[in-house]
Amino acid sequence: MRPESDAAPNAVLLQGVSVARGGRTVWSDGSFVIPPGAIVGVIGPNGSGKTTLLEVLLGLLPPESGRVEVLGRTPSRGDARIGYVPQNYAATVGEAVRCRDLVALGLSGTHWGVRRLDRESRVRVDTALEAVGASTYADRRMSRLSGGQQQRVAIAQALVDDPELLLLDEPLANLDIRNQHEVVQLLRLLQVARGVTILLVAHDLNPLVSVLTGAIYLLDGHPHYGEIGSVVDADLLTHLYGTPIKVVRTAQGDLFTRSG
Amino acid sequence: MTLADVGYQSNWLDVLQADFIQNAFIGGTLVAVAAGLIGYFVVIRRMAFAAHALAHIGFPGATGAILIGAPVTLGLAVFCIAGGLAIGILGKRIAAREIATGTILAFATGLGVLFSSLTTRSANTVTNVLFGNLLAISHDQILVFLGFTIVLALALAVIARPLTFASIDPRVAEAKGIPVALLGVAFTVLLALVITMAVQVVGTLLLFALVVTPCAAALAITARPIATAALGTAFGLVSVWLGLVLAVMFNLPPSFVIVTISFVVWLAVLGLTRESHRAAQGSGQIPATG
Repeated sequence: MRPESDAAPNAVLLQGVSVARGGRTVWSDGSFVIPPGAIVGVIGPNGSGKTTLLEVLLGLLPPESGRVEVLGRTPSRGDARIGYVPQNYAATVGEAVRCRDLVALGLSGTHWGVRRLDRESRVRVDTALEAVGASTYADRRMSRLSGGQQQRVAIAQALVDDPELLLLDEPLANLDIRNQHEVVQLLRLLQVARGVTILLVAHDLNPLVSVLTGAIYLLDGHPHYGEIGSVVDADLLTHLYGTPIKVVRTAQGDLFTRSG
Repeated sequence: MTLADVGYQSNWLDVLQADFIQNAFIGGTLVAVAAGLIGYFVVIRRMAFAAHALAHIGFPGATGAILIGAPVTLGLAVFCIAGGLAIGILGKRIAAREIATGTILAFATGLGVLFSSLTTRSANTVTNVLFGNLLAISHDQILVFLGFTIVLALALAVIARPLTFASIDPRVAEAKGIPVALLGVAFTVLLALVITMAVQVVGTLLLFALVVTPCAAALAITARPIATAALGTAFGLVSVWLGLVLAVMFNLPPSFVIVTISFVVWLAVLGLTRESHRAAQGSGQIPATG
């Protein structure tokens, strides 16, 4: 019998991790544990190494020192348990691709040789598109969609292989407030319905505070993890961004941050 | 040939039976098929300019081969592959690639000028490299073309899906463990093979019309990968076949007629799809982006 604590390994574990790129240390002394099923925001000023953190977790960039575990294993490229949506996704994706074909690549794009997409895979593509509410424009080209629709398709592609961990780099950038809200609600739904752990890089905490369970903040060259209550703190955010930030709690209990 | 020679040839049906026309049909067909297969990837990888440049980089290869008495196909293939790899190494980022491509292109064309000025053979051979001469395709060239097309088809059969992933969505493909850089090199070599063939049909200056234009037109109609490649191949075949028949019928240079048909098809597709997009927008099917 295995002890119960082994049944669900930590989603992410860092122990004394330092990361360098081109000989320059991006951040160091990263030590934290993210429990499975969490929705965690990765916040910090420009250039603090938020995307770099995702690259370490994806196995694209090996850490200089320390121990990293993702879903109980050392990160390595091609881990089917991780879904990934890069920054500015739609801008770099070939414009002529149909949404359905793009999502299907998340399943079959790594297969060598000629093989038609089987029935089961086609059903999974449909399911992923439906889960993000993109069924109605599944046969359109990415280039013909709005920013919010493109982001949904990108998330569908990351979801199609039933990942346990989703890594999203600035999924709310370039979205208007309504679309930001809808994507955030979608993420909450995915976390509840599928139990998937979500890490998302974000600039603005406001659209996210209602769903986040915790946050990784990159402060003075070190990543820290905290439960959400301890992160949304005026002094901490002011220090983090180097500009005065207030935390406001509305009568309904919603949290807001505001600069100045 | 003078202007007076252009006109309806009453014996065109007999001419079409000639051996050299048969060779032209077979060679042209192989090139159109190969161009259709590779063209989809050229367009989705946004490598149209690189394809155009590679054809020019082949120019000194062909003239150099003529100079030392080596087969033109060999000279073209060596220079196209080397040029493609050089562009890949020097232009890692897209912005740098444009500059690397243009600079290598200019240098290669300069070499071509040197080689062609040194060669004692008639200027006609140089003209054939620049503008192509489908009517001069030999039996041996057809065998080489057949070999290249088979290699291309087999290679694409193996790498098509990961190459599509790496072309459309390189960052996620990289994270999913696909060897994106290696596939890029493999693709460049395959593209060089196709260009080596196509240059001998339409020449370095007109290559775009066979390798890029048909698939670009196809992609305006459908975004399904296999349908695009099939339609692009069909457009290429129509250009080559109809071009050859009309060239014989009216005593025109085949390259001119082939390129013209390719251009007209592209223009027609562009016009028709613009219309349908506008109609769809009018009925509110396509929301504004933002």
